[in-house]
Amino acid sequence: MKDITARIDFRANTQAVSPAMVAATQKNARTALLKRSEVVVEFGEERWQQLRRAGRELRLHALTHLDRYLSMVEENVIAAGGHVHWARDAEEAHSIVLDIAMQNSVRNIVKVKSMVTEEIELNHALEGRGIRVYETDLGEFIVQLAGQRPSHITAPALHMTKEEVAALFREKLKVDAQPDPKLLTEIARQRLRKEFLTAEMGISGGNFLVAETGTLILVTNEGNGRMCTSLPPIHVAIVGIEKVIPDWESAAVMLKLLARSVSGSKITAYNTFITGVRKDGPREFHLVLLDNGRTQILRDEIARETLMCIRCGACMNICPVYNQVGGHAYGAVYPGPIGSILTPLLIGTRIAGGLPFASTLCGACSDICPVMIPITEILLHLRRRFVEGDDFEGSSISGTLKAIAKAGRYVLGSPSLYRLGARMGKIFQAPLRSGDWIAAMPSPLDRWTMARPFPAFRGDFRGWWKKHKNAKDISGGKAS
Amino acid sequence: MMKVQLFVTCLGENLLPDMLQKMVGILERIGVSCEFPEGQTCCGQPFFNSGFQKEGREIALLWMKMFADTDGYIVAPSGSCVEFVKHRYPKMFPEGTAEHKIAVQLAERVFEFSQFLTNIMEITDLGAFFPHRVACHSPCHLTRGLGVRDEQQRLLRAVRGLELISLNDAETCCGFGGIFSVVYPEVSMAMMEAKVMNIMASNAECVVVSEPGCLINIRGGLQKMNSNIRAMHLIEILAQEGAA
Ligand code: SF4
Repeated sequence: MKDITARIDFRANTQAVSPAMVAATQKNARTALLKRSEVVVEFGEERWQQLRRAGRELRLHALTHLDRYLSMVEENVIAAGGHVHWARDAEEAHSIVLDIAMQNSVRNIVKVKSMVTEEIELNHALEGRGIRVYETDLGEFIVQLAGQRPSHITAPALHMTKEEVAALFREKLKVDAQPDPKLLTEIARQRLRKEFLTAEMGISGGNFLVAETGTLILVTNEGNGRMCTSLPPIHVAIVGIEKVIPDWESAAVMLKLLARSVSGSKITAYNTFITGVRKDGPREFHLVLLDNGRTQILRDEIARETLMCIRCGACMNICPVYNQVGGHAYGAVYPGPIGSILTPLLIGTRIAGGLPFASTLCGACSDICPVMIPITEILLHLRRRFVEGDDFEGSSISGTLKAIAKAGRYVLGSPSLYRLGARMGKIFQAPLRSGDWIAAMPSPLDRWTMARPFPAFRGDFRGWWKKHKNAKDISGGKAS
Repeated sequence: MMKVQLFVTCLGENLLPDMLQKMVGILERIGVSCEFPEGQTCCGQPFFNSGFQKEGREIALLWMKMFADTDGYIVAPSGSCVEFVKHRYPKMFPEGTAEHKIAVQLAERVFEFSQFLTNIMEITDLGAFFPHRVACHSPCHLTRGLGVRDEQQRLLRAVRGLELISLNDAETCCGFGGIFSVVYPEVSMAMMEAKVMNIMASNAECVVVSEPGCLINIRGGLQKMNSNIRAMHLIEILAQEGAA
């Protein structure tokens, strides 16, 4: 996400979102949520909560012993004939992949959907060297064709209707496409068949790395992942260092949590397990372990748990903010609640400090997260970083804002000033007030009244209380 | 005699004083004696949640000072303010400090109104009469924050003449979100409108919104849409006496 250097203006971005995109987002997110809640009910709520706790425990354990498990992965992958590369940042990852491509005269690459390659803008780097990159996941294929960024981490084209996709196919592929998901998938398959057979390299991300055997787990719904990682002679997997889990017992827990949280299936259609070089697979297997800011996040005691994320997308499906604005408004690769914490952690609050405020702190995300990431806690932590600054970054707000907050604190910090303020509010509202409402307030509170009127300050609880108490005391109410 | 310290909240005191009077009325009717610590201002949440944690802590200290020397339960008509005191205060101060100890003690004493009635007083029937179709919104901090899911419904079901109507997406946030509503007003508005649409589609005559911030948001939204549906705090319904 190095291309993002200007402050992300979430408010402006939300204004650029079309109502059609919001409608499609809501419809598709709701479908995924409904399916999820059905399988959770079937699984049993109590059992589900146990599974979540187990998932959380083992993800936390893995992160706490990351160094140990990562060396196990490295050892086991090498023992199985694979290569392991360590990439500190996006640039190092680019040059590792480019080197492998150059050494093998790679011209065409087929790719499995992967958020981490989006994060490091890998396609861009490869295409810059004249290599053609084909996204083979249907959703990714669609957004690539449309020249867009994914709007959701598991369903990249969540913001589009089937009619829009058909129109896109007709325009870009010059085919007679009908708005039927099956037929559209068929068109994409046919398009990609030749690429699968001719590509000299397949690139994937990875859902999990099983330390005890050095196995890469890839979870896909369309089978394209299997083709990308078996047909081309070289397979490069780029995986964030946080994706390690200790053993196969953990894998069983995580796969159960993931499949249900993503789309409400009991098991994802294709679970691919890759351990180094296989007899019937690509002749070379490269694992690129990417840091790109993750060890920095690990050092942050509160934000650390962000790295437990298994990228299921449930938090965005349920987020009422995401559902009103879609994924693109977040201005970066990871949208929704997880994006609102991960993006500022990866590129800084100076650029992405507006995102932690793009939440009402309603808590729906933390409640649904399969590994119980305390997203609201981390949002508050990053709001503080943006406002006050902390050990990781300095404050990013203006002196004016700070002065306003000081003044507010002064008034609310003194009972007598507070009461005086309330009395003055009642006086100053007079010219604005009509009946029980104030239709328009001066700036910055016009930001409230542009949406709905503000209730007039009324009555006097304290005055009433005094009278009430006196009356009670006299009638002996106090003694009763 | 059961004693309660009134935690009126800054929004409650300044925008919903009638509701507070009714709260006192109900509590006294069931034999609870009320006291009002007059030095209280705000719990500090608006600062803390906006990133001004230092200021939030300072306001919290004032709140703690006002309530620490009182006794009995502390009851507020807001799940959000209660959650802040219950869950945030103890985390604000390092363990082992005097402040932390006081915060933990206060956290144990503080309850939201419907929580207090049903769980502490074990009362669900207040003899209220309200012959209307009523839908119930589930405010986020009350529902997810404090885990109050059933209490409001139980109190409403006991009201004579009241028909409880189901509300689609009742647990979805109404878009208030404190500072959120002025930082991202357009998104806040879209969320509020979605909520109001669901309320209007429910065919209810009244909607219960037992959270001051959400109440002024939804009430304002209904007003803007010229809707006849009344948004009310649960307290305002429970205070309706009359024919059985
Ligand atoms: S934060 Fe939790 S809910 Fe959101 S994508 Fe990650 S694992 Fe899923």
